[in-house]
Amino acid sequence: MRPFTVHTGIAAPLDLANVDTDMIIPKQFLKSIKRTGFGKNLFDELRYEDEGQPDQECTGRPLRQDFVLNQPRYQRTSVLLARQNFGCGSSREHAPWALDDFGIRVIIAPSFADIFYNNCFKNGLLPIVLHEEEVDQLFREVNSTEGYQLTVDLEAQTVTTPSGTSFSFLVDTFRKHCLLKGLDDIGLTLEEADRIRAYEEKRQQTAPWLFAPRSL
Amino acid sequence: MSGKTLYDKLWDAHLVQQRDDGSALLYIDLQLLHEVTSPQAFEGLRLAGRKPWRVSSNLATPDHNVPTTVLERKSGVDGIADPVSKIQVTTLDDNCNEFGITEFNMTDIRQGIVHVVGPEQGATLPGMTVVCGDSHTSTHGAFGALAHGIGTSEVEHVLATQCLVAKKMRNMLVRVDGQLNPYVTAKDVVLAIIGKIGTAGGTGFAIEFGGSAIQSLSMEGRMTVCNMAIEAGARVGLIAVDQTTIDYVKDRPYAPKGEQWDMAVAAWQDLVSDADAEFDEVVVLKAEDIKPQVTWGTSPEMVIAIDQPIPKAEDQTDPVKRESYARAWKYMGLEGKETLGDIVLDRVFIGSCTNSRIEDLRAAAEVVKGRKVASTLKQAIVVPGSGLVKAQAEQEGLDKIFTEAGLEWREPGCSMCLAMNADKLGQGEHCASTSNRNFEGRQGFGGRTHLVSPAMAAAAAIAGRFVDVNDLVKQ
Repeated sequence: MRPFTVHTGIAAPLDLANVDTDMIIPKQFLKSIKRTGFGKNLFDELRYEDEGQPDQECTGRPLRQDFVLNQPRYQRTSVLLARQNFGCGSSREHAPWALDDFGIRVIIAPSFADIFYNNCFKNGLLPIVLHEEEVDQLFREVNSTEGYQLTVDLEAQTVTTPSGTSFSFLVDTFRKHCLLKGLDDIGLTLEEADRIRAYEEKRQQTAPWLFAPRSL
Repeated sequence: MSGKTLYDKLWDAHLVQQRDDGSALLYIDLQLLHEVTSPQAFEGLRLAGRKPWRVSSNLATPDHNVPTTVLERKSGVDGIADPVSKIQVTTLDDNCNEFGITEFNMTDIRQGIVHVVGPEQGATLPGMTVVCGDSHTSTHGAFGALAHGIGTSEVEHVLATQCLVAKKMRNMLVRVDGQLNPYVTAKDVVLAIIGKIGTAGGTGFAIEFGGSAIQSLSMEGRMTVCNMAIEAGARVGLIAVDQTTIDYVKDRPYAPKGEQWDMAVAAWQDLVSDADAEFDEVVVLKAEDIKPQVTWGTSPEMVIAIDQPIPKAEDQTDPVKRESYARAWKYMGLEGKETLGDIVLDRVFIGSCTNSRIEDLRAAAEVVKGRKVASTLKQAIVVPGSGLVKAQAEQEGLDKIFTEAGLEWREPGCSMCLAMNADKLGQGEHCASTSNRNFEGRQGFGGRTHLVSPAMAAAAAIAGRFVDVNDLVKQ
């Protein structure tokens, strides 16, 4: 996984609460068996006028002019500002894959849905929870300043605005560690293989039916 | 020291390692797999040269992409018209063959929606940890199992290590006391709960559903309630084990037998929250207050009782809510409408992992029996949750009741719940749907979904618009 340390980039305001994973990447694009190539269909129904199809070339499709990421000033967005409960709905990891493929590295919101939040960390994306008032302030500033950039420092756990104001955020120690180093979760867990086997042996004594071989 | 909640007990029983940083390794007893969220996980295993840790703990079936018309289904995978869908289903078959994982493929009568198949086979058992790359895995919590949806990276992690890196959630109790009114079902109960606590109300919590109204539900009803815990933001929904649970599990193909059955039943008696257990939050609803529910907007929390007026954006005080209500009104085409009855329906969908079990189909059949679908409707389809549910329904003659009333009787799959196959809404069409999400575009580009119970969907099919099923059955 790509490590995340410090990131500075253009911020864009997506002023919508309860953005669900169907919005982030509609179902017709989940038919892919790959992890890449979802970026052009990120927010497909918000972004394009027509109904998108898998494997379709997107360059000529009619754009919805009112959608934030279609505006020229947000073309190189890598920090997405969002509202409460971002990423609710389905567990599809295609949602962070699409954000990542588009170039988003950080999402800042007052709250996230659990599964989406977790899926971000598995893909080198950093979801940041800030207080409602802090998010409001960022929305106001980004709206009034073209080229507005934010700097996110994971080690220091801070988001810094162009004027130098810093907001601190919380992140789980383990997730932070993995993200800073770009560590492979599975490799780490497999270091505990003996412990897992010991658990299985003990569990097999008390609940043998859980380990009965499938005979169907 | 206070007692433990059911969630605490399940967590403790599966803890392989608690780390100082608050994270933990949790052992997984059962992983369910389907074609949409597993291909990249298998690919990851292959690239790293890893093998599944315990092959027999996995069970797979294709559900999201499969066609539901008899004609397309006759020739199995080859019958899938959409080439991209076909590749995904074939990939699941190939991966299961390669890694030796049990799969109920498209031609197997046991194929169906994973969350119907697991319980039906007795693969889901009380006291287990169950995961699947699907947020509606919370369904299995109805059995007193710790079950939740995971992403594809975690699917790969569980395949490779039999564990999940997890963090303990907080405990919430949602109690529904009293007796439910006629034709008020599990679906109405859970929609009313979501209406009360909101789509983010359960974020970070494991919700245990309790109280006499919950205890009175069948296993099918309990699965419907737990299924939609995720629509309240909670990854986990739970219901304590009782005799109803044990009676349902007994003699299922994968359920323990003989001596091990007795041993299991004895252990399962403990799968309840202790009387002195403390919950971080408690929400109480009165069963008598709950009426048949219908969603009017684009989030499951935008829900009202059938006799309530549709709430207006301008009446909302919270600016974020006012904005989302305005957007939902526009998307749903509600301008000029006052009540749910003013909406003219185009389609009706009875199915999905929320409401496609035998009891759901019986409830819908009872309402449409001897009646005819409204002529204004373009389509009404009934999609059973599995091949075995379909067979059972046909044995009971439910298929005839549906087709005589003018509803289509289909083959099992996720179907119009998320429209990954050919079953979908056209732009601007209104649908009474027994599924779980009414998000923008969920059932088709520009489609307008209204979530309801099977009985309410059946009544809507007959009337061509939303009516209280209690009024319809009196006619």
